[in-house]
Amino acid sequence: MTATQQPGKGAVEKSDLVTVTIDGVETSVPKDTLVIRAAEQVGVQIPRFCDHPLLAPVGACRQCLVEVPDAGNGRGMPKPQASCTLQVAEGMVVETQATNAKADKAQQGVMELLLINHPLDCPVCDKGGECPLQNQAMSNGRGESRFEGVKRTFPKPINISAQVLLDRERCVLCARCTRFSEQIAGDPFIALIERGALQQVGIYEKQPFESYFSGNTIQICPVGALTSADYRFRSRPFDLVSTPGVGEHDACGAAIRIDHRRGKVMRRLSGNDPEVNEEWITDKDRFAFHYARGDDRLTHPRVRDAETGALRPASWPEAFAVAARGLAAARAAGGVGVLPGGRLTAEDAYAYATFARVALGTHDVDFRARPHSKEEAEFLAAHVVLGGPDTTRGGRGATYADLEGASTVVLAGLEPEDEAGTIFLRLRKAARKGTQVVAVAPWTTRGLAKTHGRLVRTAPGEEARALQTLVGSGEAVLDHRSVILVGERLGTVPGALSAAADLARAHGAKLAWVPRRAGDRGAVEAGCLPNLLPGGRPVGDAAARVDAAAEWGIDSLPETPGRDGDAIVAALLDGTLGGLVVGGVDPDDTADPAAFRAALDAASFVVALELRETDVTRAADVVLPVAPTTDKAGTFVSWEGRTRPFEAVFTAPGSLPDARVLAGIAEELGRPLGFRQTVEARARMQQMGAWDGPLATMSVHRPAAPLTADQRSAPSGSLRMRLATWKPMLDLGSMQDNEKHLRATARTPVARLPHDVAAALGDHVTLTGDRGSIDLPVEGADLPDGVVWVPSRSTGRGVLADLASPGATVVVKGAVVEGDLS
Amino acid sequence: MSTTSEPTTQHPEIDPLTPVLSADWGEKRSWTRAVYETGGGYDALRRGLREMTPEQVLTEVKESGLRGRGGAGFPTGMKWGFIPQENPNPKYLVVNADESEPGTCKDTPLMMASPHLLVEGVILASYAINAHHAFIYVRGEILHVVRRLQQAVAEAYEAGYLGRDILGTGYDLEVVVHAGAGAYICGEETALLDSLEGRRGQPRLRPPFPAVAGLYASPTVINNVESIASVPGIVRHGAEWFASMGTEKSKGYVLYSLSGHVREPGQFEAPLGITLRELIDMAGGIREGHELKFWTPGGSSTPILTAEHLDVPLDYEAVGAAGSMLGTRALQVFDETTSVVRAVLRWTEFYKHESCGKCTPCREGTWWLVQTLKRLEAGQGEEGDIEKLVDLCDNILGRSFCALGDGATSPITSAIEHFRGEFEAGMHTPAWELFPYRASSVFAPEVTPA
Repeated sequence: MTATQQPGKGAVEKSDLVTVTIDGVETSVPKDTLVIRAAEQVGVQIPRFCDHPLLAPVGACRQCLVEVPDAGNGRGMPKPQASCTLQVAEGMVVETQATNAKADKAQQGVMELLLINHPLDCPVCDKGGECPLQNQAMSNGRGESRFEGVKRTFPKPINISAQVLLDRERCVLCARCTRFSEQIAGDPFIALIERGALQQVGIYEKQPFESYFSGNTIQICPVGALTSADYRFRSRPFDLVSTPGVGEHDACGAAIRIDHRRGKVMRRLSGNDPEVNEEWITDKDRFAFHYARGDDRLTHPRVRDAETGALRPASWPEAFAVAARGLAAARAAGGVGVLPGGRLTAEDAYAYATFARVALGTHDVDFRARPHSKEEAEFLAAHVVLGGPDTTRGGRGATYADLEGASTVVLAGLEPEDEAGTIFLRLRKAARKGTQVVAVAPWTTRGLAKTHGRLVRTAPGEEARALQTLVGSGEAVLDHRSVILVGERLGTVPGALSAAADLARAHGAKLAWVPRRAGDRGAVEAGCLPNLLPGGRPVGDAAARVDAAAEWGIDSLPETPGRDGDAIVAALLDGTLGGLVVGGVDPDDTADPAAFRAALDAASFVVALELRETDVTRAADVVLPVAPTTDKAGTFVSWEGRTRPFEAVFTAPGSLPDARVLAGIAEELGRPLGFRQTVEARARMQQMGAWDGPLATMSVHRPAAPLTADQRSAPSGSLRMRLATWKPMLDLGSMQDNEKHLRATARTPVARLPHDVAAALGDHVTLTGDRGSIDLPVEGADLPDGVVWVPSRSTGRGVLADLASPGATVVVKGAVVEGDLS
Repeated sequence: MSTTSEPTTQHPEIDPLTPVLSADWGEKRSWTRAVYETGGGYDALRRGLREMTPEQVLTEVKESGLRGRGGAGFPTGMKWGFIPQENPNPKYLVVNADESEPGTCKDTPLMMASPHLLVEGVILASYAINAHHAFIYVRGEILHVVRRLQQAVAEAYEAGYLGRDILGTGYDLEVVVHAGAGAYICGEETALLDSLEGRRGQPRLRPPFPAVAGLYASPTVINNVESIASVPGIVRHGAEWFASMGTEKSKGYVLYSLSGHVREPGQFEAPLGITLRELIDMAGGIREGHELKFWTPGGSSTPILTAEHLDVPLDYEAVGAAGSMLGTRALQVFDETTSVVRAVLRWTEFYKHESCGKCTPCREGTWWLVQTLKRLEAGQGEEGDIEKLVDLCDNILGRSFCALGDGATSPITSAIEHFRGEFEAGMHTPAWELFPYRASSVFAPEVTPA
């Protein structure tokens, strides 16, 4: 992408350069560059507080004052200028504190003023040691204060939200936090209130600071005014060791920084990756890291005792041997399915894909621990695998840069603010510059409103037809600069992914698939699908099978695609399959939780690889603890197809990655995988490489017939409605466990109903489906008639376990019964 | 020195006053349209809209040499000329009627007595810049004025001077009177715009300037009440007539507001260039038995002057040359009973209270200045306090985001320059002992000779 653009662009860029002299050093920078950044080019750091490269200039703190003896027109500026708001001009001469005594005095004067009302509590302040105020007071301030008066004080601290705390007396009123919330996140729930020295960051009690991105305000606070409830008073920055990492909570591949001390993660911060997440991360990526620290963490292998029938601790060699023995028997008795889950690194996913084929001799492997379809598997094999900036078939897929430069972005089956926070932030940035966002969705979410998006109001199940008529009906204008983002939820709508692919092809638009979990895309690349081998090799392609078999050193591979997740569950239930190897799968995430649980019981032999004790491990015959992301190196593949490698934070010899565990079992089975360590798996994966033959193609999938309204009469005072649902970013997901402050910032679970229905049913409803009932408060939304939306995993065991399947009909009964509602 | 004993420099037969803006102030019910029209009110509107193109109105104002009456003195016609007419957005006129500077009291009586003069000026100015929406942002505390203005606007609508197709000329204009919520900073034009848009009033970053992206990000002219009220006279009598008054670079007539220790405080309308000596004469002199000590030429944010400046012509250039600013011609007169330290502290407390908090120098600087001045007032100053005050002012002046911070330093630095001894006395003697406060009160009967 960039490589093709640069040659032509070079000439244009040159003429846009402006030459300025800063502290006697001449430099050329692009026009419109701010002086404060131009100075960085010549190695001069001008002190600053309110300035932030990703926020609009404000010029509030006045710390970055410089002298301008020549504004480029031969005349000097009469007063010192704020270099964070001043743009360069041809021939401009700037003198900073480094060469100009007046600029230096101006800066020292502002610094002294900033400090008069700032407490000297650095020794107990979380920011002490990494504080821009502290550092710049040392570099650009005077040694001693002349202030002998009374400092401004406030009661401390106050909660801005459950997670974010404010010590008002430390605040230097730079407005970074309020500007971030307004400009970047679009959540202007904090604002400056009062005036003069009593000005302060305030909240509006009727609109809590419920932002998925609130933690970024803490990170960009240049003083210790904003702290998190989680980290406050826990550590000193100089005691921390920082290791770069990658966010494991979604498929965005956000760069993070993990700060740890004596084997314990103390906090996580955003990394700085301009191509991916810039300097922002979601609160989930920032705060949700205690999930592996609970009492339910598995620390040693367990095997089911033949005599007592209970799980008992075992050594690794014994566990490997027991697992291998059981799997060999199950393989002989019908076969073994493999459900690795969607949270794996690419290396671990490759190990599962290899284990299924080499050790178990089957294509019955599917990473999709959620409702899925055959059409989706075909779509992934035909349109998703090998796309992206790092893969050999570049040009397929889309990147964050494509989103930012897009004319139109179509979202289908995807709510970015909830399901892919980094995409949401980039879309909002794009929308502020003119990108039109169009969402094929049931209602106008807050996220859609914040990206100034247009809603193509669509009932669940109707997405395929909505995509087919999207351009014809004038809802969207697509061209080669457009991007179509499809979410994993679209996979369950017949014909929808096919329609999206057709739409992209017809208009030359880019098409990308955005799953929810960090390991999903890597699992596609690694071949954890029944129809796909590693590197995009189609199972249905004989040459691809031969190629893969040769790489693996085995004679041959089964010729027909294997069972997908639902089929594996069904086969376990009817006894066709004997055994199951299961990774990080939550039964309540699957299409039919009850069936999944029954399948666990029905299976003759279950090997579970898990981090924590779950319903799966309790039902397993062999439980093998695996390493959390902090204990292993690996690679996540983002939705873009970008590889995001990371190193282990801790050296924990007893904490084994999935790949190492699977290698141990395979060796006991006498069918070694050819690798043990992550680096070896990565080397094998790279050696196997991408398939250079033709990729799989999709068969024809047509939309299902339009759903007609459910004619069965509903009980009095209630309505039959179709169920729309997805997971908000913050909910009861197990990776947010042990995070009470974070959970408290989640949006209140509500059932969304069309406005008129909401008004008629009262403020509380009971929804009843074929799997149970849930109660929720009501809020109105611009939903289509007959559609109700609920959050998937914010109550009980979630919608799939407790209510019904997405798209199914549920009975909605209001607390207020007002006669006939039909 | 007593001004009453000095001979006046003015020829007694020539009245130095030129009542144009204040011509109707003495009339009964001068605020009504009927009375206003009796004196030729809205004649300029007819002439302007019927006989002149917008460009001609603009040219007339340009040639008159009218300069902004809100303090800065920027040429009004030139400001109008900055409006990019090719910009597709609507153009707006905003009248800054947020008069809040200590000592300044010219717009308030003008709007009280002659609201129609302002309305007529608004129509002509809007016509000149092709605006179809104008806003008058009035200080919210002066409720009576707000009501008079609303009444005047309603009357103008009734008479067909506002609304659709004004006087059958095809020109449309809507005028909104908006009351502020009590913040001095909203007199700063960009803070005013933010406030008018419903936000918290804090000054905006410039560029973009309001002429390019002002109210609702559209081209906007912001003018002071007195500037706009001067327009009907210019249109009615011509640029030459207007320019015949005043000095070479400061043309026309303005309102001078005298307050403080003069016998008859009030507004005096005279050509630019009159001196304080003349004005004090007209105000009946300094109060009996006292003499001038110091005065402000244009409100509390202009550096103070002393009796040696009595003959400085009060126009933009001469006052500037004397080391101060003409400002809003709010002449606050203080006699020898007044403690400079006390007066300066009160002003500084005002700026501390009104600092919006956006930028560091003004927000923190005023906080600190007040504390130091309070100690000096109480006679508890310390060695180095004066130098500290001067240096502090140097760190605020020209460093703050808008002019509020600059204005806060003016009285301090000028007072130290002229009356350093009083500040030095603040290191040992409280100001109230040096200058018993009752003596300077203008209300206490025992200290005010009849």
